[in-house]
Amino acid sequence: MVLLLCCLVGMIVTSALIIWKALMCVTGSESPVVVVLSGSMEPGFKRGDILFLHMSKDPIRAGEIVVFNVDGRDIPIVHRVIKVHERENTGEVDVLTKGDNNYGDDRLLYAEGQLWLHRHHIMGRAVGFLPYVGWVTIIMTEKPIIKYILIGALGLLVITSKD
Amino acid sequence: MHSFGYRANALLTFAVTILAFICAIASFSDNFSNQTPSAQIQILNINWFQKQPHGNDEVSLTLNITADLQSLFTWNTKQVFAFVAAEYETSKNSLNQVSLWDAIIPKKEHAKFWIQISNKYRFIDQGHNLRGKNFNLTLHWHVMPKTGKMFADKIVMSGYRLPNAYR
Repeated sequence: MVLLLCCLVGMIVTSALIIWKALMCVTGSESPVVVVLSGSMEPGFKRGDILFLHMSKDPIRAGEIVVFNVDGRDIPIVHRVIKVHERENTGEVDVLTKGDNNYGDDRLLYAEGQLWLHRHHIMGRAVGFLPYVGWVTIIMTEKPIIKYILIGALGLLVITSKD
Repeated sequence: MHSFGYRANALLTFAVTILAFICAIASFSDNFSNQTPSAQIQILNINWFQKQPHGNDEVSLTLNITADLQSLFTWNTKQVFAFVAAEYETSKNSLNQVSLWDAIIPKKEHAKFWIQISNKYRFIDQGHNLRGKNFNLTLHWHVMPKTGKMFADKIVMSGYRLPNAYR
C-alpha cells in the first residue's frame, strides 16, 4: 500500500518534471513560463498573468518584450526593448528596455553604471500570454500556509481513496 | 467511484479543459483577420541637432504621424502597442533602432489617429555619425491578445535624411 502510494506520488512529480524539461527543450529558454509580478507593463500584462517565453537565435529587435536578469537582482524583469544597437562585425547587441507603464527607461533598474543590456542578460522573449493563471503561484509563495493545506488535503485524498 | 470528490474532480478537469480549448480557439481565430494597416510620417522640423560633450550625436525632431491601425483589432485583442523607431546603419553598427515615440491603443476607435509630436525618447547615436545620415522611420505594432499568441509587424518608410551640419 505504502509502496503503491510512493509510486503514485513519484509518477506525478516525475511527469511534471518531464513536461517542464520538454518545454525547456522546445522553447530554448531556461524558464519557459514566467509569472508577471509587477504592474510595470500594464495594461498589457497585469500581476498574475503568465507569459510563455521563447529563446531563439534570432537577433533581438526593438518592440519585443524580453525577460532579462540584471546583475545583483534575483528576480527577472519583463519589459519592452526600445533601443537596439547591433555591432557590424561581432553581432553583439546593446539593448535598452522600458516598461510600458513606466515613465522612464530601465537604466535605473540596471546595475550601477550599466547603460545597456547584452545578449547574455536576456533569458527569452515573450510570445504568448495567458491571464490570471499565475495567481496560483503568487498566492502559494506569499501565503505558504495555503500551500501546506493544499498538499495536506491532496495527500489525505490519495490515502483515503479506495481504488 | 461516485463519491463527491470524484465528481468534483471530473467537473473541474472538464471545465479547465473546455476553458483551455476555448482560449486556444480564440487565439487561433486571430489568424483569419484581414489586416490592412496604413501609416504616413513626415518630419516637420529638426528642433536641434548637436554633438554631446562626450561625443555622441543627438537630434530632436518634430514628427507628424498619421496611421490607421483599426484592422488589427479583433475580438481577442486587448490592446495594440504602436511605436515609431528610427533605423539606420553606421560604420560601427550594422543596425541601430532608436524608438522615438510610442503609444498604447486600448480601443479600436482610437486606432485611427493623427498626431504631431516631438520625439518622446532621446534620439542619440552611438558615436557621431548622424550628419547627413539617411534613415528609415518604421511604424511597428505589437498586438497584445486577451489570451494566446502575440503578433507584431511593421511598416517601413524610407527616404528621410538628417541635415549636414549641427544646428
